[in-house]
Amino acid sequence: MSAPQARTKRKFGRPLNFKRGVIELSHGSGGRAMAQLIDELFTRSLSNPWLEQGNDQACLELPAGRVAMTTDSYVISPLFFPGGDIGSLAVHGTINDIAMSGARPLHLSAGFILEAGFPLRDLRRIVDSMAAAARAAEVAVVTGDTKVVERGKADGVFINTSGIGVVPEGLQLSGNLARPGDRILINGTIGDHGVAVMSKRAELDFEVSVESDSAALHDLVRVMVSAVPQMRCLRDPTRGGVATTLNEIARQSGVGMTLEEAAIPIKPEVAAVCELLGLDPLYVANEGKLIAICPPQYAQALLTAMTRHPLGRRSAVIGEVAADQPHFVRMHTAFGGSRVVDWLSGEQLPRIC
Amino acid sequence: MCLAIPARVTRMLDDDCAIIELDGVQKEISLALVDDVAVGDYVIVHVGYALGKLDPAEAQKTLELVRAMSLVTDDTTPL
Amino acid sequence: MKYIDEYRDGVAARGVAEQIILEAKPDRVYNLMEFCGGHTHAIYRYGVQDLLPDNVNMIHGPGCPVCVLPIGRLDMALSLADRDGITVCTYGDMLRVPGSGGRSLLQAKAEGADIRMVYSAADALKLARQHREQQVVFFAIGFETTTPPTAVAIQGAQAQDLDNFTVFCNHVLTPSAIANILESPDVRELGTVPIDGFLGPAHVSVVIGSQPYEFFAREYHKPVIISGFEPLDVLQSILMLIRQLNCGRAEVENQYIRAVSRHGNLKAKRMVAEVFELRRQFEWRGLGVVPYSALRIKNRFAKFDAEVRFDLSYTPAKEHNGCECGAILRGVLQPIDCKLFGTACTPETPMGSCMVSSEGACAAHYIYGRYQAAAGTA
Repeated sequence: MSAPQARTKRKFGRPLNFKRGVIELSHGSGGRAMAQLIDELFTRSLSNPWLEQGNDQACLELPAGRVAMTTDSYVISPLFFPGGDIGSLAVHGTINDIAMSGARPLHLSAGFILEAGFPLRDLRRIVDSMAAAARAAEVAVVTGDTKVVERGKADGVFINTSGIGVVPEGLQLSGNLARPGDRILINGTIGDHGVAVMSKRAELDFEVSVESDSAALHDLVRVMVSAVPQMRCLRDPTRGGVATTLNEIARQSGVGMTLEEAAIPIKPEVAAVCELLGLDPLYVANEGKLIAICPPQYAQALLTAMTRHPLGRRSAVIGEVAADQPHFVRMHTAFGGSRVVDWLSGEQLPRIC
Repeated sequence: MCLAIPARVTRMLDDDCAIIELDGVQKEISLALVDDVAVGDYVIVHVGYALGKLDPAEAQKTLELVRAMSLVTDDTTPL
Repeated sequence: MKYIDEYRDGVAARGVAEQIILEAKPDRVYNLMEFCGGHTHAIYRYGVQDLLPDNVNMIHGPGCPVCVLPIGRLDMALSLADRDGITVCTYGDMLRVPGSGGRSLLQAKAEGADIRMVYSAADALKLARQHREQQVVFFAIGFETTTPPTAVAIQGAQAQDLDNFTVFCNHVLTPSAIANILESPDVRELGTVPIDGFLGPAHVSVVIGSQPYEFFAREYHKPVIISGFEPLDVLQSILMLIRQLNCGRAEVENQYIRAVSRHGNLKAKRMVAEVFELRRQFEWRGLGVVPYSALRIKNRFAKFDAEVRFDLSYTPAKEHNGCECGAILRGVLQPIDCKLFGTACTPETPMGSCMVSSEGACAAHYIYGRYQAAAGTA
């Protein structure tokens, strides 16, 4: 998004038509139309000193310490869903990936792949939402890129964001550090994001008032790290849900896990949607949740710190790490038995049987 | 096989259809396969169709039977 | 969730489980088949077997329509999807199942075929109404539960005089499959009979009633308990089976009395009878060719029969030689007795029917049994 440095009101003749205009191939071709899009939409909305310099890169001064870096691409249908949209999601998701290292997220990049014909009004809504999410998180989108593909070659808009942050001195969080006896915590109800998105997919056709939990978790992480720096590992259970994240950590750390079904927070509506569609909420996506693993003696302190934060009101200890050679995640069911919470085979699809 | 859920009918619609409710989730279903369903009834929903009505009295009886089963210890002769 | 949560109550479960332990005679083994995938699902999802004594074995039966659909039928659906101008609609369950050469509907979709997941037969009908230029084929699978909605869709298509909606009918019948299992020599022969009694279907029975099972109790002297799909239903039904077996009874009892009557849903049965008739025979994956075990669309409705309109014919596809699904479905072998289990055949790469869906005997065992095996050696 290299924007021209000086901005004048009538640099491009007629301003972009956000009421009826659409993305055209020329908006990605490097010419005047692209400069106008960058100037009148991206730079204006995401405004910060780095973008306004109009260079092809941002030159950053970073505080001392280890730098965490991540990248993630966002493709979602529908683009707008209860509790968020692809723009806010692209900011929250990448901030969270940075934050799970314990790092304070500082800067993001944003790459847009736009489909010709995409309404400018929708694009503005997405970019504004992205800007609001970044501002609220005190993170700047410092560089970016726009490409346009022919109609039919993309699904409206795809966004890639990368991010960097700085890890506090001495903090070591990693998926391979879980040890038998450690406690497993989560900061709230599971499956909200997946259900909110599904509720807006035409083919499933049901009504529910659940909002996506999409949120930037770095401030919650800051509070957690300062309360219990002895934490072993943080991870956000996004695609594949809590079950997938726990299986990943179990494999990385060479341990097993035991969950208590009755302790896992879930909204009744989310449970009901899963019941109707034959889905298991443990595999449904979250975008504002984290799994924390910490030594048992710190679990209470961590839980207390989490529940005091607005994004952790319904936090709970949901299980513990076990010594288990085959690295199974098991669950004691509320019914009184136990089951294995395995990796998912393929995508979870609604079923009739 | 055959995922089916008991849900409460909250509104009757035209064309043999109705809205059902399950803990805050609303869905339109077809009543083409059942007779005499009224608002407030619980129906067994499978692939968007009510397959039958749920009998609340029998449901209660089943639970009572479960409780009674757990208490029976005298009239059995293990071994 | 009313009428759901009460039947998942852990305290009540403990009481029934204690009673099962008390009443199950330690000097004998109880081999009980749950016919339905719904029961299999409840058993492993809620960990019901943990509450049972070691001498009560649950044998997972063939009651999962995804598992029993032969590859040849799936290949027919795939060949339809590959034709221009045809949209194939089906339930989510079928999308991942591999056909010949390992190709699934999901893969065909990735290659450009127009395949839509629907939640209901009515959705397929709606799609046909909205896209009159497109031939919409509903790939219908399922037992007596899923058949009546398909009948409604076909009657709807006739009422609306749609000429772009057809059904590829694969509906199958539960009692025929149970009879097939009981008739097989290895099950029938005295001394090797591995199945002592049945948990009968919940939602199939909502439609067909409890009456069709009376024949099994009489003819084969096996008790049948029609059982709900919640875990407490399953546990209670197991206790009811044990009680019958302990005193030598073989009757049909209805545990799922809150939704099942003796004669079932007459209206649904009537609609099915209007639209469908028996096929002389149908191949079941794992069980082989079973006489009078499936339905086809009546001549009156031939206009809506995809097999007629698109001139489809069935070619059986070869199953893997080493696959033991048939014997596993009859309770004669355990999943671990199959050479392919867990090696060539896994949930990611299913070779046989029992591994295809998570309700299949092998898939359930792969997930649950592996843990037990590992825990046993740890």
